[in-house]
Amino acid sequence: MSSEFRNTVRANLAKPEVRANFYRAMDGLMTRRLDQFPDKAELERLRTQSMAIRANALSKLPELLETLEANLTRNGIQVHWAETTDQANQIVLSILQKHNAKSIIKGKSMVSEEMGLNHFLEALGIEALESDLGEFIIQLDHEAPSHIIMPAIHKNRIQIAKLFHEKFPDIPYTEDVDELTQTARRILRDKFYAAPVGLSGVNFMVAETGTLCLVENEGNGRMSTTAPSVHIAVTGIEKVVESLSDVPPLLSILTRSATGQPITTYFNMISGPRKPGEKDGPEEVHLVLLDNGRSNIYSDPELLATLRCIRCGACINHCPVYVRIGGHSYGTVYPGPIGSILEPQKAGLDVHGELAQASTLCGACSEVCPVRIPIPSILNRLRYDGVRRDTANTNTVGSGKRRTLSEAATWKTWAWAATHPTIYHAGSTLATRFKGMLPTNLGAWTTVRSAPKLAESTLHQQAKNLGVDHE
Amino acid sequence: MSNTARANILARLREPQRPECGFSERDYLSRYDWDTAERVRRFTERMVAVRAEVHHTTPETWLDVVSQVCAAKGLNNLLVSPETVLGKQLHAQAERFPTLKTYDHPIESWKQELFYGIDAAFTGTYGGIAETGTLIVMPSADEPRLMSLVPPVHIAVLEVAKLYTTFAEAVQAQGWVQAGMPTNALLISGPSKSADIEQTLAYGVHGPKELVVILV
Repeated sequence: MSSEFRNTVRANLAKPEVRANFYRAMDGLMTRRLDQFPDKAELERLRTQSMAIRANALSKLPELLETLEANLTRNGIQVHWAETTDQANQIVLSILQKHNAKSIIKGKSMVSEEMGLNHFLEALGIEALESDLGEFIIQLDHEAPSHIIMPAIHKNRIQIAKLFHEKFPDIPYTEDVDELTQTARRILRDKFYAAPVGLSGVNFMVAETGTLCLVENEGNGRMSTTAPSVHIAVTGIEKVVESLSDVPPLLSILTRSATGQPITTYFNMISGPRKPGEKDGPEEVHLVLLDNGRSNIYSDPELLATLRCIRCGACINHCPVYVRIGGHSYGTVYPGPIGSILEPQKAGLDVHGELAQASTLCGACSEVCPVRIPIPSILNRLRYDGVRRDTANTNTVGSGKRRTLSEAATWKTWAWAATHPTIYHAGSTLATRFKGMLPTNLGAWTTVRSAPKLAESTLHQQAKNLGVDHE
Repeated sequence: MSNTARANILARLREPQRPECGFSERDYLSRYDWDTAERVRRFTERMVAVRAEVHHTTPETWLDVVSQVCAAKGLNNLLVSPETVLGKQLHAQAERFPTLKTYDHPIESWKQELFYGIDAAFTGTYGGIAETGTLIVMPSADEPRLMSLVPPVHIAVLEVAKLYTTFAEAVQAQGWVQAGMPTNALLISGPSKSADIEQTLAYGVHGPKELVVILV
């Protein structure tokens, strides 16, 4: 079997340096998260509470979006709706054109990655500069994020030092993290100073007050949303919560689950553009609400749980598959367990359905998920949707497209044999009789393991010999 | 385009059988019952853990401490509002401080000086949170948003009486929803930092490299 995904995985597994970078980072993140939740009972209570807050918001989603829009508009924030990433890009472009802006400075935003905004703007000759340190590093190297919280986690200090030296030859070579950080600060400060438009993502939108909340440590999110005269926020329609009192518990569990911090340095709550008399802040604030398949996910009572996600990345940090293959293997914007349930639903099972197979269903992801998304169940459901024949009964994009004749025939034969005892017994007895003829070379499996061996006699036979009465 | 998109999205969200919330545990009340001394202790512990400086002062000594901090850091100038209660007290004794600057024009008229020529800014706070070691800052016309962001050093005064146990408690006790949210409200928990390179903490990425909290 060969596919682009498998080939990328194979290539990335053969990079010991990258694998070591992931192992070191994920080990650290798991330990730090654990340190933040010393009381297991308290953690479980918090997870239930956070799940309830998100589930409550989703149960009223259209109404909350209307309330949010009304309150944002009253506060002076302009709200735009986009069904597709293409529409979202066009909305951003039209705002830039209105202001004749030739560049934007970006705070971290995964939805802008989803939109492919940087490529879209660069093709039109508009510079889109990332200002989050990790995003800045990977943009220098023309890479995509390998993690939703720590985008440059696949690189180590030495690799970053070499990259900086190559891109900024005037600055002396250093492997010192503080000095590398100060280099980025100096370069980006000039950019913040000059940028006409700033773009950011959103962590939570509060319907009750018309507030956009951003979580960050560096201050680039505050810079991008305060220094330029126009601020554009882009986010998914699912990010809304009902009331301001929903925010403190979500913020607390988000930062503790994500990076093991009790809180991040900055929690930035934006409820409007500059008011008359105020001396700074953008004159215009825009919010682009992106659907891009979310309303379709919303239509399925089981898959809907996908939209509870608050993008902490804990499932990624704890995933035994992610830590081995790394974030770039997935070939999607969101990697890891959350990506493996989100991306196939957005792009279709025919495009990314394979990701749902790339899991051992060990359950580590759902055990740490702060909003209790049952990721393994959803993976199973997507595997089923991929091969099911009654595609009229599900809205999942690409349902049935992963069904192959040979696999279907194999299972059909198996089901027939397993429900016909005479055939089944004859078959299993035959198999034990001729077990010596089984191949010992089973491709990839046997390169690191010994081939499975059949027993001398079937389970039925052994049970019979022991005197078990199957009636 | 946007209006059609809006109608289509909302119609799709209304179409399916509406999901039940199914959960009712949305309680937010403060879990802790810390007295003032405990709140101060926890606040200080958390702030120091992220390399902020915390000075415990009184209404009689806080100006002296601010003056000492400025001297110790060798600041050439300090951005202070001439309009706030605390700012007026600094301006009244200007000779004890580095050159006092004021943010009395819109940013456009002095952006270069703010970005490249200001050593430190002094602001008040709207309150604090003990559990996480956090300052609540609500920028205003007198103390604009960039004051606590652009200069390399931020010196902030927090009155102990406004130190709450949790974020949830502060939101409720201070009546944020009833009062209406300001243009920008901030929680600040230490100096700017990043762990994007090898998970190694580095301070002063884009915001202040140093945060000094004057507890009064």
